[in-house]
Amino acid sequence: MAVNYNAKEEADGHTSGVGVAGGGAAGGAGKSRKPDNTAFKQQRLPAWQPILTAGTVLPAFFIIGLIFIPIGIGIFVTSNNIREYEIDYTGTDSSSPCNKCLNVSWNSTPPCTCTINFTLDQPFETNVFMYYGLSNFYQNHRRYVKSRDDSQLNGDNSSLLNPSKECEPYRTSENKPIAPCGAIANSMFNDTLELFHIDNETRIPITLNKKGIAWWTDKNVKFRNPFGTTNNLTALFQGTTKPVNWPKPVYMLDSEQDNNGFINEDFIVWMRTAALPTFRKLYRLIERKNNLQPTLQAGKYSLDITYNYPVYSFDGRKRMILSTISWMGGKNPFLGIAYITVGSICFFLGVVLLVIHHKYGNRNNSADIPN
Amino acid sequence: EETEPGREEEKERKKRRRRKRKKKESKTRTVRSNLLLPGPEAEKPQRSPLANNCLKTTKYTALSFLPKNLFEQFHRLANVYFVFIALLNFVPAVNAFQPELALAPVLFILAVTAIKDLWEDYSRYRSDNEINHMECLVYCRNEKKYMNRYWKEVEVGDFVQLRCNEIIPADILLLSSSDPDGLCHIETANLDGETNLKQRQIVRRFLELDSEFDPLKFTSLIECEKPNNDLSRFRGYIVHKNGKRDGLYKENLLLRGCTVRNTEEVTGIVIYAGHETKALLNNSGPRYKRSKLERQMNIDVLWCVLILIVMCLFSAIGHGLWVWQYGEKKPVFDVPGLDGNYLSPVLAAVYLFLTMIIVFQVLIPISLYVSIEIVKVCQVFFIHQDKELYDEETDSQLQCRALNITEDLGQMQYIFSDKTGTLTENKMVFRRCTVSGIEYSHDANARRLAMYQEADSEEEETAAKGGTLSQRNSVSSHQSIKVVHRSLSMKSHRRTGSRAEAKRASILSKHTAFSSPMEKDITPDPNLLEKVNECARSLEVMRSHEQSLSQLTPELSDIFDFFIALTICNTVVVTSPDQPRQKVRVRFELKSPVKTIEDFIRRFTPSRLTSGSNSSSSSSLTTSKSMPRLGSSILSSTSTESTLLKLEEKLAHSPQMNNNGYSSQQGRRAIGSRPEEGELRYEAESPDEAALVYAARAYNCALVGRLPDQVSVELPHLGRLTFELLHTLGFDSIRKRMSVVVRHPLTDEINVYTKGADSVIMDLLLPCSSDDPRGKHQKKIQSKTQNYLNLYAVDGLRTLLMHECLSESSIENREELLFQSALHIETNLHLLGATGIEDRLQDGVPETIANLRKAGLQIWVLTGDKQETAINIAYACKLLDHDEEIITLNAESLETSAALLDHCLLYIESKFSNNTINKTAGSMTVGFGPLSPPSSLVHSSLGLVIDGKTLAYALDKTLEDKFLSLARRCRSVLCCRSTPLQKSMVVKLVRDKLKAMTLAIGDGANDVSMIQVADVGVGISGPEGMQAVMASDFAVPRFRHLEKLLLVHGHWCYSRLANMVLYFFYKNAMFVALLFWYQFYCGFSGSSMIDQWYLIFFNLLFSSLPQLITGVLDKDISAEVLIGVPHLYKSGQKMEEYQPHMFWMNMIDALYQSLVCFFIPFFTYYDSEVDLFSWGTPITTIALFTIILHLAIETKTWTLLHWSSCIFSILLFFIVALVYNVSCPICYPPSNPYWTMEKLMGEPVFYLICIISPVVALLPRFLYRTLQGTAFPTQLQLGRQLNRLPPETRNQILNRLNIKKESIPQKPRCAEHSPQNPQSNASDCFKACNQTPPSQPSQHGNDPAFPSTTRAEHTTGLSVTASPPGALLSGGNKHSSMESMSVEETFPWNTTVDQSGFSLLNWITSTPLFSRFGRVLQLSPRRLQNEVQDNVSVLGSISSLHQDFKGLTGNSLKISSLFVNINSISPPYKYTSIL
Repeated sequence: MAVNYNAKEEADGHTSGVGVAGGGAAGGAGKSRKPDNTAFKQQRLPAWQPILTAGTVLPAFFIIGLIFIPIGIGIFVTSNNIREYEIDYTGTDSSSPCNKCLNVSWNSTPPCTCTINFTLDQPFETNVFMYYGLSNFYQNHRRYVKSRDDSQLNGDNSSLLNPSKECEPYRTSENKPIAPCGAIANSMFNDTLELFHIDNETRIPITLNKKGIAWWTDKNVKFRNPFGTTNNLTALFQGTTKPVNWPKPVYMLDSEQDNNGFINEDFIVWMRTAALPTFRKLYRLIERKNNLQPTLQAGKYSLDITYNYPVYSFDGRKRMILSTISWMGGKNPFLGIAYITVGSICFFLGVVLLVIHHKYGNRNNSADIPN
Repeated sequence: EETEPGREEEKERKKRRRRKRKKKESKTRTVRSNLLLPGPEAEKPQRSPLANNCLKTTKYTALSFLPKNLFEQFHRLANVYFVFIALLNFVPAVNAFQPELALAPVLFILAVTAIKDLWEDYSRYRSDNEINHMECLVYCRNEKKYMNRYWKEVEVGDFVQLRCNEIIPADILLLSSSDPDGLCHIETANLDGETNLKQRQIVRRFLELDSEFDPLKFTSLIECEKPNNDLSRFRGYIVHKNGKRDGLYKENLLLRGCTVRNTEEVTGIVIYAGHETKALLNNSGPRYKRSKLERQMNIDVLWCVLILIVMCLFSAIGHGLWVWQYGEKKPVFDVPGLDGNYLSPVLAAVYLFLTMIIVFQVLIPISLYVSIEIVKVCQVFFIHQDKELYDEETDSQLQCRALNITEDLGQMQYIFSDKTGTLTENKMVFRRCTVSGIEYSHDANARRLAMYQEADSEEEETAAKGGTLSQRNSVSSHQSIKVVHRSLSMKSHRRTGSRAEAKRASILSKHTAFSSPMEKDITPDPNLLEKVNECARSLEVMRSHEQSLSQLTPELSDIFDFFIALTICNTVVVTSPDQPRQKVRVRFELKSPVKTIEDFIRRFTPSRLTSGSNSSSSSSLTTSKSMPRLGSSILSSTSTESTLLKLEEKLAHSPQMNNNGYSSQQGRRAIGSRPEEGELRYEAESPDEAALVYAARAYNCALVGRLPDQVSVELPHLGRLTFELLHTLGFDSIRKRMSVVVRHPLTDEINVYTKGADSVIMDLLLPCSSDDPRGKHQKKIQSKTQNYLNLYAVDGLRTLLMHECLSESSIENREELLFQSALHIETNLHLLGATGIEDRLQDGVPETIANLRKAGLQIWVLTGDKQETAINIAYACKLLDHDEEIITLNAESLETSAALLDHCLLYIESKFSNNTINKTAGSMTVGFGPLSPPSSLVHSSLGLVIDGKTLAYALDKTLEDKFLSLARRCRSVLCCRSTPLQKSMVVKLVRDKLKAMTLAIGDGANDVSMIQVADVGVGISGPEGMQAVMASDFAVPRFRHLEKLLLVHGHWCYSRLANMVLYFFYKNAMFVALLFWYQFYCGFSGSSMIDQWYLIFFNLLFSSLPQLITGVLDKDISAEVLIGVPHLYKSGQKMEEYQPHMFWMNMIDALYQSLVCFFIPFFTYYDSEVDLFSWGTPITTIALFTIILHLAIETKTWTLLHWSSCIFSILLFFIVALVYNVSCPICYPPSNPYWTMEKLMGEPVFYLICIISPVVALLPRFLYRTLQGTAFPTQLQLGRQLNRLPPETRNQILNRLNIKKESIPQKPRCAEHSPQNPQSNASDCFKACNQTPPSQPSQHGNDPAFPSTTRAEHTTGLSVTASPPGALLSGGNKHSSMESMSVEETFPWNTTVDQSGFSLLNWITSTPLFSRFGRVLQLSPRRLQNEVQDNVSVLGSISSLHQDFKGLTGNSLKISSLFVNINSISPPYKYTSIL
């Protein structure tokens, strides 16, 4: 049988091998190989050793229960206090005024308009947020999400004229770079919604604030118009073309200079792709004018829609939502209910464990060990 | 040492093949002196193929590192898989992530591995460098002297001079030595670990050179074989200038790595250098074993692959359907391909399948392999660092040689252990002796030994660090001498018996074989010492008064001879440490050593002539045979008397006889200036010999010198006696004895001193007639000695008998005697006495075995020793219990073996069919009891003993199943006389057939094959060397360390790794499931809400540290409890921590948790303005919390490191996220998460989700753990509870537990057992009736357990041995296949019965006493055989035959192979054969 001979051990006899003394020529003379007696090396670090038994975890369950239930109630109440009104204006229903616009295409001229009347039973006291909601719209599709060029949107001039490949096939149109390029921009929501309060048959338009709906950082940092010597956006976007589906180029999105081009807030909001196929996006703000009257009184309202956005082809839905918000955002009872439920379950389990603890209690200690 | 013929054949064939291959190459190496050739140019072309001595073990160079390392890494399938996925990302149609980013983890993993490899390579480089720069003396032509050179500069053909204690730099042909005999001693510990010195001889012709060897004049040519790795072979020849040739053998070669000892200076020529040396050719790297856990894990990885594929398929189909449902009306959000065309649903599905593989890749845990490697390295580190696995005596700690099977240690089911050196120390200690029938118990000696044991605890502190001088590491010879002196002075100061001292001294004197102080410092028995002194005094008086020796009482003369025998009947070499080369010698004019029998006889002739006796040279063979028998009764008395008288006369008249060593002046001086005892060192081939010599020295009867032809002994009062050594009959395992033939200097007679195993020697004794008073006395002595021998055997002592045969008593036929065969010298011996040598059990072996057994491990002992020895040791180390029933299998043929196995199985079945039920029912007690019902298969009361021959049959394909089913029912199995191959076959059988985890532990070369076969091989780094260690996965200094290694570290490693692996699967599954659920809401488009950076670095950065810390440091139960409650080990055996279903449980849990973590945010943000990544980030956060809290539930021990790692991970995530989200407004497409985290952290909802989701997700698991821990705690959980108790209470409980456990096996199985009525017991408990007197053979038939066939055979049974008939039932009828089985029931040792209560005379047990000489000794007869040439028939065979005939006492029948001897071995405590 061949004898194993380890060159390494020949090399450093001081680290291995008992009889392998020979090679330790340069090895530590007089150095014992005895391991250090430290807590770490001997695996005796001070430690906490929790043991999960009914007795030990009981308090945790009660505490969780006692904390969660009030939180849940708080959230639930808050959520319930939020006023929310929602209108589906897709027009799939033949009775709907917008039914006529159902098969609208992107660039139909003249635009199809429809008006939907509705009644608010309760006044909206605080600031009201006006959303448009889309359903069955997969803004989170993998290729869709990627189809944008952030540096172009950030005003990078070279990207403006030579957008990222990610934008394909919405990168160029008629040999001109598209600004803004990509599928997201191309599919931008372009319905116009106007709200009127009908007070004694008179339509009082409600001021819809279109600024402040996007994230501040988006508006001010992420999105920038191309930089140039002139302030004229038309000149700055020279050499680019509008997205295929858009009726007009990006520098004509709004009349106001600080809400035009890439920094148009509607555009910015759209560019923030939604997480789920059913989503809403902030459209306008209705600010409370004074403390004397609610932002939206109870009563009749009418919604004027310029119906441009085709969703029917993919079974989409379009909605208009009016909502107030609270510290925890829009109306959503789920979280409150969840907290209450979990809290209750924990409390209940606490009780169960208490019973179990009493039943098996004497098994839990040293008495458990046979004697 | 014993190999099966088949194996040997195979070896031979291999060798032949090798040789053939070599022949094809048809080249030998020609070496000539480098000094000869005039210019270096001429050498160049020739030199190039020969390696120089530069050692290079590094794998890489600076340039080759990157390509070579990458190439190696891609050999791993996992790496290839991940690179494939990363590359897939570069395909635009399917890419899921940014291609560069996707490469990151793969590169990271590759980089980590590469850095590890680089570091390893660097350390190799450093050690190479260290070795390469060691210095040695090389002859330099220009300077004409030896110059210091680095090792790496040494080349083939260089002349190297080595001093004492230097390490040999290359394979060197020995040409000159300062030793006058041309010898050189080397220690090969580095190669094979054998610490005894081996002799090397200079090339024959150079021995004859009178002048100093001059390299310049060396003109010979050396032809030798090509470099090969056979350490035990070297062939070649040297061609001298005059054309003469000399053969070269391995005795001429100094191997690299060995150390020169006891020789001042040697010179040689380098034959092989560097990587061509035999040492390096033997070097094989560490082996790669896959642990059981890893194998199981790999299965689960495959499951993961399957799950992955299913998920991808599902998604692909989903996507296809999703695309299909829109038909031709392409929605705006469905982005066409690059060319503007939409994909068909099928094609989209196919692409998506690939995309999904990328997205879900985390499911196959990329970092799992890396993490496991890291964890294992750390585990190994901690095992290394355990100070309890450190042995002070040898300054060695545990070594893990295989890095990747640490967790296997926690799952062992079978332990296969070697005996000698593993269970025992392989240190022979002289314990007691009996001389001419009087026992000298050496109580003081026993006390001293006990003290070594006790001092164990105290020595911890006192063990002086300074004592562990690294004298053995000294390289330079100048230094080494100093160091040796130092060690000497230390030794002379040391006289206390403290063990620490002993240890230190043993470290110091390490390079002397077998001589720890425990063995050396024997406290003489006062009585015996007194007698020795008396003897010496009277001898001196007699000498001065010219009286005959016969004045000595027979007892005294026996004592005298006894010590002479002790001293000279061996092959011990005496060395003196203070001078490197000083064999103590009084060289006188005798010729060269006796080589052949003729030589021997030739030398005898003149002595016969000088004695002037009227010998009848015609005395024939027959007379010589009969003569001693006749003359024996005369015994020494008369003859010795006369011869001595003769001698005395001669002494007076012929002063030249003084040469023979008898010199009063010399003797006086010797007594006066008696050398310090530490001065002489004995180097023995076997530890037994050393022990005996040291014992004799304790009685001032010191061996002071041994030359091939003479032995010098120093005696009190008498001084130095020199015995002319006429012949040595070496020890071999067949003859079981050795003899020396010497000429007694006092009597000038030729004496034969024999020592050997009692079973053999007793037969060779002089038959004594009972009518003669002298003979009666002798007989009495013999029987007394036998009694004492039996006592010794009971104590587990190895016994040797010392005998003297006065072959000179009939001087006339001396030469005829020799003429026949050396064998006959050893007949008609006169019993001098017996010695009991203890092969001490290692510390803590019985406790370790008991504990390991409680841990559910089956321990098998596989030993090459004989049955009796093995059984006795087995009793001593509690492997066998006294209340255990032992089944002994000894069969001589396949058929009998088969029948025997059947009977045994039947017997067990019948015996235990009802017994087991009771047992399991009875053990249903509280606590640990019910949770650990004894495995119903294993009968705690059965032990199986099987000998090598039967084992060979039992391992036959047809019988192995039966053998296994029998063996696994026995609590302990003992295989005696097993060859290394058998050992490995047994291990393999158990491993393969029972699918059990096997551990083999051994210390010697004969255990290597078994160590390699076992799942885990453990080597003991003992005196038998490093061969076992080299082959092993773990090397421990002591057997007892196995306990902590398995019970604690094994458990920890297993539990840690099992938990980590499970956790890994869970973690990845949970994370990937989140993405999967999302596919339902993104049209199965492969989109992910989790930022790809998080996705890719989640495993690598955020969640890796806690699990690593837990994997390395988590400690479910403290070491004390694990040791105290060995039952906990069973959890590992049953794979409790990682069972197949656990993987699925974890998967289901992961599924649930991911559902929670997905849908709580889903519903919270449903129909809201949330964007993709503002929604995905909370999910990531929740997932992280959940994963870490999950780990927290699974973590059993929270140290600071655990806390900090968890907190660090969470903080790291937030910090990374925050930094990442502000770092660049336009980077990281497509997520572009600018300010996401910042905004989220400003919203209360984010926190609300982060709180509730982990709670909900972990509630079931938490609850499950709680309930299970409360209502149905596992043993481990109980152990953990025990852990938490205050130490005192815990210890109390542990103690109570242990007592309880021990009390269980003590429960008598047969209540009516009592020594008073053995006969009734026999029938009650189906006992085989060994106790039954031979006059009642029918008793066997009455036993219902035995088939009737046994009956017949017992009646025909022939008692053939001298031992009592009950002991050895042997079927003497040669050709009828018969079997007998006797299973002996033994009684639990009743402590109330005092040992002295037995009549010793009646205590004749069946246990034939055992003996064992070191296996080294077994070489000698072979050597002898070679020497004995054709005119004398081969000794070995004769002797064995002779012995066999002896056994049959005159029966001239040949023993056929059908001879059946199924005897039951009686344990020590039993009543047998009461006459």
